[in-house]
Amino acid sequence: MALTELNTSKSENPYIPFLSEITDVIKHTKIEYTFRMTYHGDVKPGQFFEVSLPKFGEAPISVSGIGDGTVDLTIRKVGKVTDEIFENYVGDTLFLRGPYGNGFDIANYKDKEILLVAGGTGLSPVKGIVDYFSAHPDDCKGFTLLVGFKSPKDMLFKKDFEIWKKNINIIMTVDYPDEHYDGNCGLVTQYIPELMIKGLTDAVGIVVGPPIMMKCTISDLLAKGFKEENLWISQERKMCCGIGKCGHCKIDDTYICLDGPVFNYTKGKFLKD
Amino acid sequence: MGYQTTTAKMNAIFADLSKEYVIYAPKRYVGDGTFVHIDTIRYGEITDLSEIEFAEKSNYSFKEVLLPISETLFYFTENEMKEADAPKKGAIVFLRSCDLHGLKRMDAIYLENGAVDTYYKRLRDNTKFILMGCENSFENCFCVSMGTQQSDDYDAYLKVAGETVLVDSHWDVLDAALAGATQTPVIPDSVTANDTVVTIPETVPQTLFDSPFWEDYGNRCIACGRCNFVCPTCTCFTMQDIFYTDNGKAGERRRVWASCHVDGYTDMAGGHAFRNDKGQRMRFKVMHKVNDYKRRFGTHMCIGCGRCDDVCPEYISFANCINKLDALVNDTAKEEN
Repeated sequence: MALTELNTSKSENPYIPFLSEITDVIKHTKIEYTFRMTYHGDVKPGQFFEVSLPKFGEAPISVSGIGDGTVDLTIRKVGKVTDEIFENYVGDTLFLRGPYGNGFDIANYKDKEILLVAGGTGLSPVKGIVDYFSAHPDDCKGFTLLVGFKSPKDMLFKKDFEIWKKNINIIMTVDYPDEHYDGNCGLVTQYIPELMIKGLTDAVGIVVGPPIMMKCTISDLLAKGFKEENLWISQERKMCCGIGKCGHCKIDDTYICLDGPVFNYTKGKFLKD
Repeated sequence: MGYQTTTAKMNAIFADLSKEYVIYAPKRYVGDGTFVHIDTIRYGEITDLSEIEFAEKSNYSFKEVLLPISETLFYFTENEMKEADAPKKGAIVFLRSCDLHGLKRMDAIYLENGAVDTYYKRLRDNTKFILMGCENSFENCFCVSMGTQQSDDYDAYLKVAGETVLVDSHWDVLDAALAGATQTPVIPDSVTANDTVVTIPETVPQTLFDSPFWEDYGNRCIACGRCNFVCPTCTCFTMQDIFYTDNGKAGERRRVWASCHVDGYTDMAGGHAFRNDKGQRMRFKVMHKVNDYKRRFGTHMCIGCGRCDDVCPEYISFANCINKLDALVNDTAKEEN
């Protein structure tokens, strides 16, 4: 179907989504696919789009990759909207609104030693950071990616890992190994004590994952000697609007959709739901 | 400019204005309350001043004029979307001073916090506000504590006394309509004290978020959300898509009122929720109304209308909660010194 000029361009009404073409679908697991969508405009890792499916609703999905005229949205089939996306994406377009949120600012991590700890789909919002430093290894003093998945079947971005491992130190672990798996097991926090970080006072840590994983990881990184101001987190909340109106994502005086989802830990530690 | 006129003259003016405006005011709906033989006072269209309930506080606020309980954002069919039309007419809203302050809270969220809300703005730009005075404070009101007992930000003030109507107009259209009327200074009635007085703690340490203080509310609150729905400053919504049973390809996206007390408010896809405990939901609301909103927007969100206290089926008093919280904050500070 030809996309009309009208609905592929952004409306002045922030609630009206625009049509975006699905140019590729990368299937990671049975329930996690990356949809490569056409998008022309500025976008940062960690920002998110509201993926909009008339009749079913909207879901905030973070940007897991940025290409020339495209953005990647890694979607987990876990609710009403995403179930429908998986079943009917052959329609080759999706409606989007966004990008929303502040996202990660690569400049905060340049020329630093970087530790990125991600849990499961928490890797999506930070994948753009890994992509960047994998392509520009000289822009940092070292990059370690510590990532945990539930099981070998739940691994995401397998092809990207093949590229990343050339320039990046990767520690991957799974909670539940199967008989064919011979890598690391256990929670990501088990691997923090043995991490070799050269300059702890300057090293930056980025932590994204389920709430409990972020809490434990941050606690361990602080114990290891990371400074609070060098730690960054990204939060996930229910969001109906993405533009500071619906109220669902508000914590204290902070709107995750406007002021986040990325926070320096000096601010993030005060976010109590 | 202040005027003295008659109800007949004023009704004729409103009849004329009703060609361009729908006139909303608090009305008494006899027998329509929650219990048998109990009336309810809520907003509805009026054509005559006699329909307006001046003597009592309305159970619900005016907010549904600018933020309908269910509002269609756009219609969709296949890949086409059409923004829902705005009402053809503007609105004239009768409201009290506290509610007029509530309007500023709605403006802060819908016009200043992030992108301008298309739907709110188009209604707001076309709405005129007529202040109703308060000769006496009503039960549970604490507007004086919140500093909302007076307001000058009205398009007109109107008082009915028998057949006489006093008007203070800030609206040129009304000035023109009242050109022949007797000019006289008119000062809006406002209260100077309420029976209910609240003291708001300047800061609330985050350590008190987990205090057993909130458990009492957790035990009593039934998460019905009525306090949110009657509140003129509660503006949260949830998106809702519907499609037509006669044509599954067409439908509409709406937004509907949401409540931070009701189950599901923080639920994400996959089932994770952030505030399952009802006491914590109370804490979240209280802190928003009298603490964190002020840090972001400069004024307290609560405007002291007391409707939440009026409506709570469990007799939870928000005003009491603030005062008890203030005492708790003071006690905690003393213990630490």
